[in-house]
Amino acid sequence: MNDLSASSQITYRAVPVRPAVVRRIRGLSDQALAWLFITPTIVLLLAINIFPLVWTIYLSFTNYRANRANAPTIWLGTDWYQSILTDPDIWAAMQVTAHFVIWTVLIETVLGFGLALLIDKKFRGHGMWTTIILLPMMLSPAVVGNFWTFLYQPQIGLFNYVVAFFTGRGASSFQMLGDVTLSPWAIIIVDAWMWTPYVMLICLAGLRSIPDYIYEAAEVDRASNWRQFWSITLPMALPFIMLAVLFRGIENFKMFDMVNLLTGGGPGSTTEVASITLKRAAFESWRTGYSSAFAIILFVTVFGLANIYVKALNRVKNR
Amino acid sequence: MSVANAAHSVVEPSAGTRRFAGLLVILYAIITMIPLVWIVLTSFKSPDDAISYPPKILFKPSLEGYCNLFTTRSRQTPEFIQTLGQPHGLCDSIARSRNMVVAGPSNYVPRFVNSLIIAFGSTMLAVALGTLSAYGFSRFRVPLKDDLLFFILSTRMMPPIAVAIPIYLMYRTVGLSDTRLGMILLYTSVNVSLAVWLLKGFIDEIPREYEEAAMIDGYTRFQAFVKVVLPQATTGIAATAIFCLIFAWNEYAFAVLLTSGNAQTAPPFIPIIIGEGGQDWPAVAAGTTLFLVPIVVFTVLLRKHLLRGITFGAVRK
Repeated sequence: MNDLSASSQITYRAVPVRPAVVRRIRGLSDQALAWLFITPTIVLLLAINIFPLVWTIYLSFTNYRANRANAPTIWLGTDWYQSILTDPDIWAAMQVTAHFVIWTVLIETVLGFGLALLIDKKFRGHGMWTTIILLPMMLSPAVVGNFWTFLYQPQIGLFNYVVAFFTGRGASSFQMLGDVTLSPWAIIIVDAWMWTPYVMLICLAGLRSIPDYIYEAAEVDRASNWRQFWSITLPMALPFIMLAVLFRGIENFKMFDMVNLLTGGGPGSTTEVASITLKRAAFESWRTGYSSAFAIILFVTVFGLANIYVKALNRVKNR
Repeated sequence: MSVANAAHSVVEPSAGTRRFAGLLVILYAIITMIPLVWIVLTSFKSPDDAISYPPKILFKPSLEGYCNLFTTRSRQTPEFIQTLGQPHGLCDSIARSRNMVVAGPSNYVPRFVNSLIIAFGSTMLAVALGTLSAYGFSRFRVPLKDDLLFFILSTRMMPPIAVAIPIYLMYRTVGLSDTRLGMILLYTSVNVSLAVWLLKGFIDEIPREYEEAAMIDGYTRFQAFVKVVLPQATTGIAATAIFCLIFAWNEYAFAVLLTSGNAQTAPPFIPIIIGEGGQDWPAVAAGTTLFLVPIVVFTVLLRKHLLRGITFGAVRK
């Protein structure tokens, strides 16, 4: 974290040399201005993020139910945490989430890095095609989820038609969203469709950060293309790939909107990722205390991942 | 760069490699565009064409989807429809051909307007707050700077459902449930982290010497910020604003859990557009198409800054 501001502090040192009079002829001192500028943001975040978070922590130790606000609130201690960590349903949801995260990140990384390698060849018109490829990731995941349910319709959907056309199976012989084995893959396909461009864009930045002279040197040493890829391209692009992997990992760990619209967690609970379980507990069964405890567990996990993410960001930034 | 580059660099890919790479990328782009093109096509289909098997690529264009998106209709007997006289406009005549009459406007326009108000309101707030803080973090020595910046970023990483539980309770207590103001404040708090990080990057790039020169000429620090730094940061502020706008426009989780009528935005509304006997796919496709058009425009406008936006300003190319 400290390396983040190292450069700005070095340049800062140069400033106080100027006479202090210049800086405060009129108006506020720099320190006062700094706080005046930063405080509104911090206050807003405290009010809308931190205060609710503290409230959630409190609720997670009680039996509070949002649909029975007037019932007496009883202090339960860590009961919810214990029951969540030993609840097989929660672990099932965690497994579904893990399956989703691992496969989406894997597919997106392989495809995204591959695409970045190809786009880096700078063929004619690569700028325009890159913009087209980037479109899916800018769209609303909810709206995307919703229109993919149309493509996945067993009889009328385009996806089923195309698969049937190439495999010779009947277009209504399989249901992407209604089948226990297929539905986890249905959400993985949509996520990969949407987010491969994201990984591609970051990988492309990584590839473009590699200076040409390294390849020229390798060329002089008669290193094969294969060797160049493994000893130069991949290691030097790796921090960028890691950044993309981490960010997709975090985002998909908390995935809600797309899955909610595609399958709603079903059939049964085969695609019930952690956020869907949480939504069901909090807004359908109204087990506010229980879901608060689960929310805190998810918070802590994401917070840990975010910490690693920021470290990765700074590594990339210092390149 | 180097002289070797100017002549003919050994690392330049050959023409054949380029063409092959281009071919693969274009193939991917076309495949990835099919779902989007399909949705736009579906929005111009009649309900029968939309659900025909095999799927129709050539069809007679119809505006029925758009009509059904903007109106509600009621089924009537043919005898009753005969007594009505001339249909009012295109949508009414389409409805009458299906033994229905237009009963009134649908909720799509109010939801779309909510989306606009909430997206623009929260974007303006987030960018205003973000610009101030970013300047503060960029130019001044702030105690615990890195921790504050990390704190600001981490608020964006929180799972929305987990945040929604206490927000739901809090808004219920203070009377912000299902209000546009409540949604604007919530989206502002999510977007402000992105705004601070992105804008800090942009402001870091503006040389301090400009402000110092202005201050030597007698400007106060604040005047220098307004008259020197802000004009220099216009591009960055615009790019940040578009990113905030896109997030607020696309957001679904908070919207579906915290709004029901008054302040509901388009994303939770589009999936529940239902016709007679199940989902009215042309109408859903029409709603989706209209909703996606602004995003496509923004993506093209933003293409140079996309990388920066998705990495919180860390990767700049």
